[in-house]
Amino acid sequence: MSTRVPLPYTPKVLELFRNPKNLGKMENPDTVAQAGSPACGDVISLYLRIVERDGVEVIEDAKFESYGCAANIAAASMLTEMIKGKTVRQAWEVGWQEVAEALGGLPPVKRHCSILAVGALRRAIRAYYGKKGRRPDWLPEGLTMAEKQALEEEEFIERMYGGRLERG
Amino acid sequence: MTSDVRRLLEAHGRAEREVYMDNENSGRVPPEVVEAMLPYFNQVGYGHPSITNRPGWEAFEVVQETAEVVARTIGADPEDIHFTHSGTEANNLAILGVARANRSRGRKIVVSAVEHLSVILPAESLEDAGFKVVRAPVDEEGFVDQDVLAELVDRETVLVSVQTVNHEIGTIQRVRGLSEVVRDKNADVIFHTDACDAYGRVRIDADAMGVDMITLSSHKILGPKGVGVLYVADGVKVEPVLRGALSSQPLWPGVENVPAMAGFKRAIELAFEDFDGANERVRALRDRLMDSVLARVPETLLNGPRGEERVSDNLNLSFLHVEGEALTVELSIRGVYVSSGSACTSRILEPSHVLLAIGRRYEEAHGSILFRLTRYHTRDDVDYVARQVPEAVERLRRISPLGKG
Ligand SMILES: Cc1ncc(COP(=O)(O)O)c(C=O)c1O
Ligand code: FES
Repeated sequence: MSTRVPLPYTPKVLELFRNPKNLGKMENPDTVAQAGSPACGDVISLYLRIVERDGVEVIEDAKFESYGCAANIAAASMLTEMIKGKTVRQAWEVGWQEVAEALGGLPPVKRHCSILAVGALRRAIRAYYGKKGRRPDWLPEGLTMAEKQALEEEEFIERMYGGRLERG
Repeated sequence: MTSDVRRLLEAHGRAEREVYMDNENSGRVPPEVVEAMLPYFNQVGYGHPSITNRPGWEAFEVVQETAEVVARTIGADPEDIHFTHSGTEANNLAILGVARANRSRGRKIVVSAVEHLSVILPAESLEDAGFKVVRAPVDEEGFVDQDVLAELVDRETVLVSVQTVNHEIGTIQRVRGLSEVVRDKNADVIFHTDACDAYGRVRIDADAMGVDMITLSSHKILGPKGVGVLYVADGVKVEPVLRGALSSQPLWPGVENVPAMAGFKRAIELAFEDFDGANERVRALRDRLMDSVLARVPETLLNGPRGEERVSDNLNLSFLHVEGEALTVELSIRGVYVSSGSACTSRILEPSHVLLAIGRRYEEAHGSILFRLTRYHTRDDVDYVARQVPEAVERLRRISPLGKG
């Protein structure tokens, strides 16, 4: 019990938790990715529908599912809303801080909930081009800072629970 | 920060019906208890209990009377009742105080793996001072096995701490049997039991249980926050942890929380007035809630034992494929107030150590919800909760990518 912290969520987080936008699985998405790990906690699935308009790839629709806390659900809802209508390239640029800001801020222990959402998005975009067998020149070859952060979140959780496992 | 919380509360709103079942963490204080406290703020006993003037003596009378009531209900001598300001403080005093006063006798401490963190963390803090701390494992219902415990106790062991009732999963330990095997192994061991969650629900008797120290906390039995108790049997050496002057409590200096003690005393009287009757009613309500939720929500696990060895008021369920913190928020919006042992609720993103100790996997701990009832709950309350929980779980399962085949 002593490890519990009060979590002053913003009204925006609560509102999106109550009425999340873009919730649910997408049938035949053009790309899908998961971030997190079911064995340790948070999991988010992100689905994208991508269309080509005038030679530019645009995110026509985005949906999510979340096995996470209220902040994670709100962050995924916000992120999907922010990227709809954006070009894939623009969506790639969206950072977890922007998502957190749009939510009116997140308590420090809840930042990873937004990091994971953005991590899932970037993974979905990479998977999209992976399937197409090409990489646009704006898409960095190596992992970006944000992707590494998302990976670190996953590793951090694995490490913690992994450690616990051995101990138990 | 304050205004943020205010805005959150406004956005949250208040459900038409509210049922508070987070009594494990704290809760509503009955009006009789509040009434018993009020005079001590400004009418009588508002002085310092250690000072020689009338309001001071009046305050001291409260300290003494509360010690007497506590002593009577745990089979102890009032002289051996020491007050702190919380159960956490009493546990810290028990662990650190005994270790420091008896370090010449040995440097091993054994605590059960499911102790409250206010036992585990002070014990582990002693590792820096050369103590060896061992966590005694528990079985899948949370019981410490006599033979396993005996195996861990040796000549070096100064202190063993096993709680009377687990705060998350309601396991009633067989403390008597445990203290016996410990003493068979080493008669000098000091045996501490944290009885915060047993008091008022399970009979406590220092001699019958064979324990040297007992921790209690006022707000765990519907008293106000702000009073803890450490019973220390005559002859057990404990070194004070805090230093200071002016107190009737040599082991825990600092001014006594006199109004809270007056409330604690009243809360004890109420809890013991109809001990068996009240516990039976609470048990029936708890079982009604448990049976109803388990029947309505598939893929749900009960954490902790069933039957007589589970304390009357505790219910802990894991709803698979949903995350517990989100569930507490969803239920809060519906006016049902509970807590979770999920990693997401914890500062260090670690799930409940109690659930891990009984062998729950992370994803099982992730969807855990803790309910604790009181004698003030009604059948209507229980039925309301039993209707809201399935709907709340269902909504979050729809959001979750897991468990869909
Ligand atoms: C078993 C147990 N021990 C100790 C404590 C700590 O008591 P307090 O909240 O008074 O610090 C609690 C409270 O959660 C508890 O459940
Ligand atoms: S998803 Fe676990 S803390 Fe947000």
